[in-house]
Amino acid sequence: MSALLPLASFGGAIEFIFTPQSSNVTGGAKVGGLEQAIELTLKQLEVTVLALALALVIALPLGLYLGHKGKGEFLAIGLANGGRAIPELAVIALVAALIGVGLVTVTPALAILGIPPILTNAFVGVRQVDRAAVDAARGMGMSEMGIIRKVELPLAIPTVMGGIRGATIAIVATATIAPLAGVVTLGDFIINASIYGDDGRLAGAILVALLALSLEGLLALLQRRLTSDGLKVKTA
Amino acid sequence: MANPLLLAAAGEVGGDFFKERTSDTLPCQAQAGHPFCWEWATENIDRFGKPTVQHLELVVVSLLIGFAIAFALSLLAHRRRWLQPPLLGATGVLYTIPSIAFFFLLLPITGIGKDTAIIALAAYTLQIIYRNTMLGLANVPGSVKDAARGMGLTDRQILWRVELPLATPEIIAGLRIAVVSTIAIATLAVFIGGGGLGTQIYGGGNLTFPTSIFIALAIVLLMALAFDVVLLTVQRLTTPWRKARAT
Repeated sequence: MSALLPLASFGGAIEFIFTPQSSNVTGGAKVGGLEQAIELTLKQLEVTVLALALALVIALPLGLYLGHKGKGEFLAIGLANGGRAIPELAVIALVAALIGVGLVTVTPALAILGIPPILTNAFVGVRQVDRAAVDAARGMGMSEMGIIRKVELPLAIPTVMGGIRGATIAIVATATIAPLAGVVTLGDFIINASIYGDDGRLAGAILVALLALSLEGLLALLQRRLTSDGLKVKTA
Repeated sequence: MANPLLLAAAGEVGGDFFKERTSDTLPCQAQAGHPFCWEWATENIDRFGKPTVQHLELVVVSLLIGFAIAFALSLLAHRRRWLQPPLLGATGVLYTIPSIAFFFLLLPITGIGKDTAIIALAAYTLQIIYRNTMLGLANVPGSVKDAARGMGLTDRQILWRVELPLATPEIIAGLRIAVVSTIAIATLAVFIGGGGLGTQIYGGGNLTFPTSIFIALAIVLLMALAFDVVLLTVQRLTTPWRKARAT
């Protein structure tokens, strides 16, 4: 075994990403290359964004509302603990086997994984807001909706965004195994190594890691921008 | 999606799934509308024994490694504050990379098998344990440290006798999150040939069928619950003053 072997593998994977390669099983049709790499990346991004949006629509208002009312702590905290224990592979497998394959079934399945962190962090973030600030807002004649939107949410942004980032990591990671349920994401390079070969599998891993890190970086930037706005509200 | 039971009924696959079958009737799941097949479950429950043990091994070994590294890093960063941002960033990157991608990034270096799975799972736990340990140490009131110093304790004694005991609830809270997450994620070890309960969900390049998936899911959830209860008990036993305060 040469000590350079690992490096050579990475070279092969990079080549796979940029230039189509011949495969042993597709009967002469080429696999890989920039076009397919972009196509699968966009597919993974699409299902991730859809699932995240669905999770946000369900969990964010509910978490903010429960936090505002101070109700449902057991639900909000318990959901986070229970949610972490759910194996993503089992969720995708059961959805594929019992409900069906495709974007329409995979999106809600991925959203399930995103709901607990968003709901819990929204709840905790709002609960942590100084009650004196909320009382002051109420005394100034703000409506309850106004208090949530203009006082509690801006002050809770770091915690709320923490939940959204956690959800995004979980969803984009699980979208990697979505090809098992008929949604052909970058995970196809990894799961169907018999078609794409070792280079394709490593290329898939590199692209998935880059995609996850880019999304995380993007959300960290977004959080910074949103937080400074929140601080402006606080000092104004 | 090809149902392995239907394929077996048609004689298309010999089926690892039917080696242990004793009855000659078709499994109930070969007909539609049976999400769970008790008959198969009772006859084949023993096939889950070995994967469960493998799963436990993956989780325990990666947790021990992850905890040892994260704990050492925390103590180091506690002493040398300038290390905190880079360590948070580095563990954050390891946490963000999806486990299944991590497995195959390691593959050229460490090969197929459970070692690769354990390295990736351990890397995943670093951020959770490191962040909670730092949080626990930061939450120790300065007045308590001053009092300890006034009583003549050295920095080392303050760390081990005052700060770490007081940080125990946060440290164990981090461990609980790490354990429960790792038990769930360890199902993915099947993709790198690491064994575990994932083999009963996805085997031989295909998804298995719902009964098998449900049983594997149940074992994973029970395992997570059991570990959580054990760690909660450890937390109670190692922080007796909390109980004393409560009563």
